[in-house]
Amino acid sequence: MDRVKIRVENFSLQYSDGKESLRNINLDLLEHKITVLFGPAGGGKSSLLRVFNRLNDLADVKLLSGRVLIDDLDILDPKIDVISLRRRVGMVFARPIVLPMNIKSNLTYALELTGEKRISVLDDAVEVSLKQAALWDEVKERLYEPAVALSGGQQQRLCLARSLVLKPEVILLDEPTSGLDPISTGKVEATLQELKMMYTIVLVPHSVQQAARVADLAAFFLQGELIEKGTGKEIFITPKDIRTEDYIMGRFG
Amino acid sequence: MQRIGFGLLLATTLVTIIPIITIIFYIFYKGVSAISWEFLTTFPTNGMKEGGIYPAIVGTILLTFGTAVFTVPLGIGAAIYLSEYAPDNRWTRIIRIAIINLAGIPSIVYGLFGLGMFVIFFKMGVSILAGSLTLSIMTLPIIISTSEEALRAVPQSFRVISISVGATRWQTIRRIVLPQSLPGIMTGVILGLERAAGETATILFTAAVFFLPRLPSTPLDPTMALPYHLYVTSTQVPGMPIEIQYGTALVLIFFMLGLNVIASIIRSRARAHRQW
Repeated sequence: MDRVKIRVENFSLQYSDGKESLRNINLDLLEHKITVLFGPAGGGKSSLLRVFNRLNDLADVKLLSGRVLIDDLDILDPKIDVISLRRRVGMVFARPIVLPMNIKSNLTYALELTGEKRISVLDDAVEVSLKQAALWDEVKERLYEPAVALSGGQQQRLCLARSLVLKPEVILLDEPTSGLDPISTGKVEATLQELKMMYTIVLVPHSVQQAARVADLAAFFLQGELIEKGTGKEIFITPKDIRTEDYIMGRFG
Repeated sequence: MQRIGFGLLLATTLVTIIPIITIIFYIFYKGVSAISWEFLTTFPTNGMKEGGIYPAIVGTILLTFGTAVFTVPLGIGAAIYLSEYAPDNRWTRIIRIAIINLAGIPSIVYGLFGLGMFVIFFKMGVSILAGSLTLSIMTLPIIISTSEEALRAVPQSFRVISISVGATRWQTIRRIVLPQSLPGIMTGVILGLERAAGETATILFTAAVFFLPRLPSTPLDPTMALPYHLYVTSTQVPGMPIEIQYGTALVLIFFMLGLNVIASIIRSRARAHRQW
């Protein structure tokens, strides 16, 4: 039986500006699986993702209730150490945003913040994370070039590597391939299949097709509610709720 | 029709730069004959009518430097607070409006405030310290608002990324936001200091004196200064040789142009190296 890595219990969230909200979400995310949170825009998927590393702290939240546990740590507890939480939970964003530094510094940045100064450790971390993100061969000769010189697809894999460099336990991906061509998208998806051996992966896909391709587990969100959850097969082949079926079939969206 | 509009716009641009170019060329033409090594490095003699303007040049540099000592940490600190920490509420807006309005106060008002506050109340006397502090109050708004703008120009996404990999807010500011906005901040600082360097009314009662037989030796000494020297020699000294006045103006303008050139070099180099 797979272990539950993240448990969401009776979780509700509302922003002050009244945009996305979430109502009474219950969801288990399993270790070594890719869990896909999908649904039309404004459904709350991204908001939920940003709760897992408390990035929602940066937004103006009006209401937050319920519990979100990573292992046994209640991450909504205001007293927890958010910095160490964010080191355990890496994130990749929709737009490939590289920091204004060279390729290598983009990766060592997070490590150096932990106080790591040993060159060999930093160099190893750079190589390992770039290999995991399937980017090493393309950039190993040009680690000191500005990261913006990379192509869009390479930049996004660099962002993926950046999220791996701290050896996190969970990786959150918010439409990581929305700006990429099909070949780059394929590379990222293949990489995710490799990575799930070591991590818990939560993905907000940029299309239903992508959701169906990569999901071990899937959860369908509609206007702040979790409509249906199950294995990828159940959801995409035999959905129980008519709204899920309609969305998957493209009858709305 | 389009050509007429284009011509009109070109004409407005030319009209605005003609006075500036005329002033610079005219002062250069009239003043260049006064410029010599001796003029730049000796004290005035014979009741200002002969000799050089050395103590005024040194005085202006000292006042500019003194102003920088106060305004750089204060201005950048305030800008960081306003851009990175201040909540977006009514108080912050009031603070911002106050800063913008401070920039619009006439310099003579700053001068009189400095006289009352620093020279008399804090008993600093007419001194470089009192003058620098008064100039600082006057230039801070410029430095704060340009620095804040430079900080805000750094994409928000860099901050989010940095926070998401476990940086604190301060680490993000120090390692990402400040380095990226430094050229813009430096430009603002230099432009602010340039204004301080050319200011007369502010130092009239707070720092400047007509003549000093030797250079100031402590911050509590008064000083000569280029703009004040220019003002005094052109209005208060009968029979003052015209070349010395133009020469002084020329030195002052070159000092300001020099600061301006430094600012634009910083700007253009930063633009060439910018990675976003």
